[in-house]
Amino acid sequence: MMLQVFDIIGPVMIGPSSSHTAGAVRIGKYARSILGSEPVSAHICFSGSFAKTYKGHGTDKAIIAGILGMETDDPRIRISMDIAKEKGLEFTFEERDIDGAHPNTAEITLTDYAGKTALVQGCSIGGGNIIITKINDTVVSINGKSDTLVIPHQDIPGMIAVVTKILAEKGVNVHGFSLCRDHKGGTAVMTIEIDGDINESVTGAILENPHIFSCTILKAI
Amino acid sequence: MFKYESLKYDSLADLVAIAEKIDMPLSSVVLQEQAETAETTTDAMYQKMAYALEIMRDSVKDGLDPDKRSASGLTGGDAYKMMQPVKEGKNICGKVFGEALTKALAVSETNASMGRIVAAPTAGSCGILPAAILTIAEDRNIPDHDVIMALFTASAVGMVIANNASIAGAEGGCQAECGAASAMAAAAVVEMCGGTPQMCVNACAIALKNILGLVCDPVAGLVEIPCIKRNAAGVGNALVAAEMALAGIESAIPADEVIMAMKKVGDAMSSALKETAEGGLAATPTGKKLCQKVFGCCQ
Repeated sequence: MMLQVFDIIGPVMIGPSSSHTAGAVRIGKYARSILGSEPVSAHICFSGSFAKTYKGHGTDKAIIAGILGMETDDPRIRISMDIAKEKGLEFTFEERDIDGAHPNTAEITLTDYAGKTALVQGCSIGGGNIIITKINDTVVSINGKSDTLVIPHQDIPGMIAVVTKILAEKGVNVHGFSLCRDHKGGTAVMTIEIDGDINESVTGAILENPHIFSCTILKAI
Repeated sequence: MFKYESLKYDSLADLVAIAEKIDMPLSSVVLQEQAETAETTTDAMYQKMAYALEIMRDSVKDGLDPDKRSASGLTGGDAYKMMQPVKEGKNICGKVFGEALTKALAVSETNASMGRIVAAPTAGSCGILPAAILTIAEDRNIPDHDVIMALFTASAVGMVIANNASIAGAEGGCQAECGAASAMAAAAVVEMCGGTPQMCVNACAIALKNILGLVCDPVAGLVEIPCIKRNAAGVGNALVAAEMALAGIESAIPADEVIMAMKKVGDAMSSALKETAEGGLAATPTGKKLCQKVFGCCQ
């Protein structure tokens, strides 16, 4: 990879370490965008090395900051817990090892005012980069570097064709695709990584299909 | 118009040759080439670097708070302590040196306390470059334009080190982080003070030679002990190297060969001494005790 001057002088970031702060902020932010509304409570489970070191590195503050929607260079990250209390976001932490998870893994459960919940698991893999590994019961692999569509739907034949046909018609280029299901005939989830921006007309068209439960655009973070 | 396509940032000697050929400072060569490669304007590049300088200044101010503590509670307040004798004119090495140490500690403590910093080249070594350039700029009334340009020279040094050795403690030990930062700062200071491109590179070589073999052994794996004080040492080393280079002293071993040596030394270093918190100061009885204090168990 060709280095640039701003790889050397930069990034502008909140310390002390890119994997323990920037990465954690991004996992929190992703969880918020998957919930798609203002969370009123958050339960965060730290696994592996995160469980052992989160206090010393301020990973807890970073993840709360992300859940509140802050960017990775926001100076308010260090006081995020106070801001959460002001905004009425209740939060709890747990240390529990998640089987087979990357050493720097966090699992976040968010609930909004209406009682809707989202469970998001992600790991911080270094240099501020992350991978979202689980959304609710579905195993995924999303790095958050490009806009991603998450589409839970009924596990019946033809659903991929339905969605990709709409994307083709709208001129949207797909560069990553994965699909998982809980059990045969149950709920399956497509995650589709795309180039460039995506607009609401695409989700509107996708949602017209009765077997599609929802369609969320997760913006690149 | 000079073509920059051949510039790969794998040799400081090549950079000097280009700068000498077109009779420009290193920073101008780097700015032109980077703008061309990124298909943007030199002004856009310059403005982005100006923003980095602004954040660096803020990160010094933030770190001078006497009550600020790191997230772990292990460190904080040392920049404020260092500032006191300097303000009163009582520190032993004079105003410039005292202020450089204060600023390096301040930025590093800002980082440890979850403040906003510019990684330069890393978060762990983020105090050295701002401390060096801001102290010298203030002392000699150097305009911001020259300081911002000097950051391009510093980046070029960092890129060559990253390409030929490493700027990650986990790969090359502390010499890769505080060593690289020190070499970058030395080159930047020399250019700001009117040194030639060759003098900048001499300063880089001298700074790296002085820090060759330094291990990365953070207590409890946190970017605090000894990182914060090594940032102070790093800016001291940068000024030592810049002073010698500006006086016309050359490095017997050329900078590019020093960087190759740094790579080999890093490779030869045990993994216990490369950011794993298993050796060096991290493995001392007190280091282990502090780890216990923060995490309730030793990592």
